[in-house]
Amino acid sequence: MSMRKVYLDHSATTPVAAEVLEAMLPYFSQVPGNPNSIHAWGQESSVALQNAREQVASLVGAKPEEIVFTGGGSEADNLAIKGSAFLEKNRGKHLITTAVEHHAVLDTCKWLEKQGFPLTVLPVNSYGQVTSEQVREALREDTFLVSVMHGNNEVGSLNPIQKIGNLCREKGVLFHVDAVQTAGHVPMDLQELPVDLLTLSAHKMYGPKGIGALYVRKKTPLVPLIHGGGQEFGLRSGTENVPSVVGFGAAAALGARRLKDGSVEEERRLRDLLIAQVLERNDEVMLTGHPEERLPYHTSFCIQHIEGEAILLRLDALGIGASSGSACTSGSLEPSYVLLAMGLDHATAHGSLRMTLGKDTSEEDVRYAGDSLKQVITVLRKMSPFGRKG
Amino acid sequence: MYNEKVRDYFLNPRNVGALENPDAVGEVGNTTCGDVMKIYLKVEDERIVDISFETYGCAAAIATSSIATEMVKGKTLEEALQLKNRDVVKALGDLPPEKIHCSLLAEEAIKAAVEDYRKRVPSKG
Repeated sequence: MSMRKVYLDHSATTPVAAEVLEAMLPYFSQVPGNPNSIHAWGQESSVALQNAREQVASLVGAKPEEIVFTGGGSEADNLAIKGSAFLEKNRGKHLITTAVEHHAVLDTCKWLEKQGFPLTVLPVNSYGQVTSEQVREALREDTFLVSVMHGNNEVGSLNPIQKIGNLCREKGVLFHVDAVQTAGHVPMDLQELPVDLLTLSAHKMYGPKGIGALYVRKKTPLVPLIHGGGQEFGLRSGTENVPSVVGFGAAAALGARRLKDGSVEEERRLRDLLIAQVLERNDEVMLTGHPEERLPYHTSFCIQHIEGEAILLRLDALGIGASSGSACTSGSLEPSYVLLAMGLDHATAHGSLRMTLGKDTSEEDVRYAGDSLKQVITVLRKMSPFGRKG
Repeated sequence: MYNEKVRDYFLNPRNVGALENPDAVGEVGNTTCGDVMKIYLKVEDERIVDISFETYGCAAAIATSSIATEMVKGKTLEEALQLKNRDVVKALGDLPPEKIHCSLLAEEAIKAAVEDYRKRVPSKG
């Protein structure tokens, strides 16, 4: 009997969808042209590039010429933040971000702080969220950028980016949103959303790794990080990664379809089933992150008296792939900075577990995960000096 | 990340659970750092006749506790005090560098249990 395999780490990365892979394959060998070349081979690649740009733009309600392809989400975050900081008019000015951003944003902002840009890192509530009021209070005369993530990768909470965007628009401050976890999973329309810069990543929406994009609202000046041949409207030089861009386009089309055809609602139902399985069948387990204002595929917990890495390895032995923010999985002595910023103590944060669903996750998978986790918690608590009941 | 032996001692730990009426108990570590080891001893004529552990921590912490109990079972208390963390690592084959501190904790937990026994039963001479 082969063991059931249940991948529940879609926040880390998603498998490339079959239709995405199929769309990409011709662009490795059959269509080899450099899209900047004038001949037929080049033009065929150029058309594919333009088509993909339209697909990605369409997913978020942008115009194709506002999509700049990059080598991934981290690069897009760096381009948004450093690219605006390096503008002559913004030199040494103030920027605002939050304590629970992805390292690609937080570490970039902290690096800029060392270069002489005053930085405010907003604290978060117990769900890991910030409010527009907090941003309003932190704004200074010289603030040039606010960067707030849409959906948090560790605890799944969504931030009120519409309200924060309205405020930034009113104050004339640039607003960057890291939407890596939400694009393709949460509807967004940049015609309505007052966002100037928005980070996207293909591999979180069933596209390939190593390709992302920065949405740059028209007439938003930026300094490129990579100089060269002037590709991507001069903002990201280097011959375009045509197969990956085509894959990103196909993934965006898939995302747009899933947002409309009920797939996301079904995923949300399974998410809530998994949350209920975990909370109702185990004592001393808490949900981390907001219960409703939450990524539709995301569950995360803190489990008392046991440690996250041990949970992961036991789940792995049962065929389940999950993740944790415990110190032992981070390679440092500190547990997740996100959980600590939410006010959790170290011992609680060490017992963190994240299980993130995907488009192929079934109800049977969710029930198997619920059963397996119950078993793992029981076994590990029996081994723990704190796990026994009085 | 972990070799087969470490995985085996983590998934099928030996000597796990509390002993009833132990002659000594040693506890080291703290929850803030993410690992706590508790060692229970039964001692007869200065010899460890039974031993068990309870551990809160990662896979390496559980595996090192388990194999350390095996390594000192049947040994005299003096012999048990000679157990070094590198012996524990060697017995498991190897551990990732960031997990070596777990083996140190195992060594300290056994020392703490022996010390606890000495407090309860002062050694003669």
